[in-house]
Amino acid sequence: MKTGAQRILEKYGKDKTRLMDILIDVQNEFGFIPREITVQIADELGMSEVDVDQTISFYHFFSQKPTGKYHIYLNNSAVANMMGRNDVAAAFMKELGIKFGEVTPDGLVGLFETACIGMNDQEPAAIINNQIFTRLTPFRAKEIVRDIREGKSVNDMFVQDWGDGENRSDLIKSVVSNNIRKIGPVLERTFTAGQAIDKLIKMTPEQVIEEVKKSNMRGRGGAGFPTGLKWEFGRNAKGEKKYIFCNADEGEPGTFKDRVILTERPRLLFEGMVIAGYAIGATEGILYIRHEYKYLQAHLESILQMARDANYLGKNIQGKKGFNFDIRIQFGAGAYVCGEESALIESAEGKRGEPRDRPPFPVEKGYLDMPTVVNNVETLCAVVKVVLNGGEWYKSLGTTESTGTKLLSISGDCKFPGVYEVVWGFSINDILDMVGAHSEDVQAVQVGGPSGAIIGRNEFNRILGYEDLATGGSLIIISKHRDILNDIVLNFMDFFIDESCGSCSTCRITPTLLRNKLLKILNARGVKQDIEDIVEWGKILKASRCGLGQTAANPILSSLKNFRHLYEEKIQKNKEYDCGFDLSLAVKESCQVTGRVPNI
Amino acid sequence: MSQFVRFTIDGTECMASRGQYLVDAARENGVFIPTLCNYPGVKPKGSCRICTVKVNGKLMTACTTPVAEGMNIENESADINELRKSIIELLFVEGNHFCPACEKSGNCELQALAYRFRMMVPRFPFQFPNRAVDASHPRIIKDHNRCILCKRCIRVITDESGRSIFAYRKRSASVEVVVDPKLGKQLTEDLAQKAMDVCPVGSILVKEKGFHVPIGERKYDKVPIGSDIENMQSTKI
Repeated sequence: MKTGAQRILEKYGKDKTRLMDILIDVQNEFGFIPREITVQIADELGMSEVDVDQTISFYHFFSQKPTGKYHIYLNNSAVANMMGRNDVAAAFMKELGIKFGEVTPDGLVGLFETACIGMNDQEPAAIINNQIFTRLTPFRAKEIVRDIREGKSVNDMFVQDWGDGENRSDLIKSVVSNNIRKIGPVLERTFTAGQAIDKLIKMTPEQVIEEVKKSNMRGRGGAGFPTGLKWEFGRNAKGEKKYIFCNADEGEPGTFKDRVILTERPRLLFEGMVIAGYAIGATEGILYIRHEYKYLQAHLESILQMARDANYLGKNIQGKKGFNFDIRIQFGAGAYVCGEESALIESAEGKRGEPRDRPPFPVEKGYLDMPTVVNNVETLCAVVKVVLNGGEWYKSLGTTESTGTKLLSISGDCKFPGVYEVVWGFSINDILDMVGAHSEDVQAVQVGGPSGAIIGRNEFNRILGYEDLATGGSLIIISKHRDILNDIVLNFMDFFIDESCGSCSTCRITPTLLRNKLLKILNARGVKQDIEDIVEWGKILKASRCGLGQTAANPILSSLKNFRHLYEEKIQKNKEYDCGFDLSLAVKESCQVTGRVPNI
Repeated sequence: MSQFVRFTIDGTECMASRGQYLVDAARENGVFIPTLCNYPGVKPKGSCRICTVKVNGKLMTACTTPVAEGMNIENESADINELRKSIIELLFVEGNHFCPACEKSGNCELQALAYRFRMMVPRFPFQFPNRAVDASHPRIIKDHNRCILCKRCIRVITDESGRSIFAYRKRSASVEVVVDPKLGKQLTEDLAQKAMDVCPVGSILVKEKGFHVPIGERKYDKVPIGSDIENMQSTKI
């Protein structure tokens, strides 16, 4: 056992900033991270045990107990539930005879819940030993358990044909479908690797930044910061080494566009990273990918190797003296908050994914305290097209405030869930027509995931774009027969509660209090005061450090704003206020112990 | 560039050295900005959020934000004070705080802030979490019931080679501050005392020592927290 851990430690040069990689390898090799290996890692890296433990215990996919020879992580996102996940969950529990969070007594199978795995267009889905299983049914659950008991390897358990496109390739072999429904200028098929780099090396870094500025492109992760300006800051920042990060953490429930880009257009993405590196003067790029996409690792590594072989990565790229740039892949281990750029950097340094205080911003002091530019996957793909076709061309697409195209991840109650590349400026009604959803059947659309907003039919004429409805690209369509508060809002609140890093008092405590208020209302015990409390308490979260904390009340606040009647229908009529204290409930336990009957 | 910058706090003109954090800059001008997780000499972390102010209309933590020329800071407004009071109440309902039975009563910063902000009963329901007391270390007791997860002990108390003795474990509402099994056992008497002093509440206590200073004669028993800073102003004028 010791030798295995020793080999892993040496593979990463006993560098404590590579702790994530070390732990991921240990987890994969042993199925969990045993205490004695934690101690060994601590000793070898010159850390204390609690130092290592604080990283391990932060991430969802690290376990300190055995997780079984086969570990099933079944997605519990709102859309998974909409698509019948509960029946699948019940089937797994019945067949295995265990509950979620448990391992079968023989140590064969562990069953766990996990937040959105980026497969909303093909739910219910699960990750079993790093392989993705999509479109599950109770019958499939039964089959999978049978296959496990027969000792089949995960790769032999698929009964579906492989998915489309690169999902069929030898290095992926996955049943995942891309579901690309609409191709635009970014996803177009005609791109040849190296095209943009050949043009790039004839430009100065300043000219590149100028083109990107001219395009008016804004970051596609959701925050919408102007990309050219970020690069200019990065270029002007002082540091002996600079880094480009590609944020492929894609954790916002309902978004999966980056999954499709990583599968189908990785060359485009890597080329975007090279361009960014050239523009700001970085020599290293780090692609930070969520652990859920580990099934793409071999594919991505091989594309990187091809780029190195063709000298599109490496030293003196395409003969340009002094233009050195390479890319490494950093996997996460299950933490939504790591999609926040400074948390992502902390995680890549081997630490807990806790967002940093700003200032300083990552462009001044980021990875290993060096100037670091973090861009979204889609942003980096789009800059390749800006270099090829010019900033003016890009600017001619979309609207004044929102130039270019946007990849939308559309899921929920519609005929054609999948990825759509559209120019900015579509209304929600247009989108509903596009995806095969009848707007009279649609009750609501969740725009931008749980941290975004849920809007009703009276707002379906609103336009997608920074000037009106900004979005990182996730749209969840919710039909008339869904129970918004139970199916959507409660699920999203549980998500935020689980995913808080726990550092800010506001975000650690308030969402639970709000969720409890919601439960009280759902249980028909709510009063008018509860609705007012929700509005007031929700404001406290605005004082949190990062975007996760600041938006953690959005599911409740935005549904209360746009679907207030759903709350009002459920509260007790003619009761403005209650003290929130239930005497019979409070004495229940002591009555049970003493055998007394409460005299209330 | 000048060494000094001018800025305002609640409309009053102030001056401080460039780059100082807002809490320190305010203190030098006789203005108290309440803090809990902040501790002199270690990198600020901005985790309790008590020191939240509005800088040019935007919510920022004063312990982590460097002062800059021309900043307009809102510190004592009704909104900000209400926010701070709710944060104090959040911390009270999150844990199990029974002041009368606590060794830190009178020296506790959370308690002192609750008095200063006139907290009577928290507006939030008590969570009554089921938390443990870890008395397994020879010199200290770590009472998780009273921990407000401010990270002061984590940031201040390390061994000679910089290894953590205290650290966070887990995340979200389950996060807790734990003591390293090995290093916790080797804690010196001085470091144990320092850990207790660094803790703003009564979550880290030195064993076999208690109530040396009687209740009634403790730090915040006679004067409210922050009054030393505010009195400094009156002497200056």
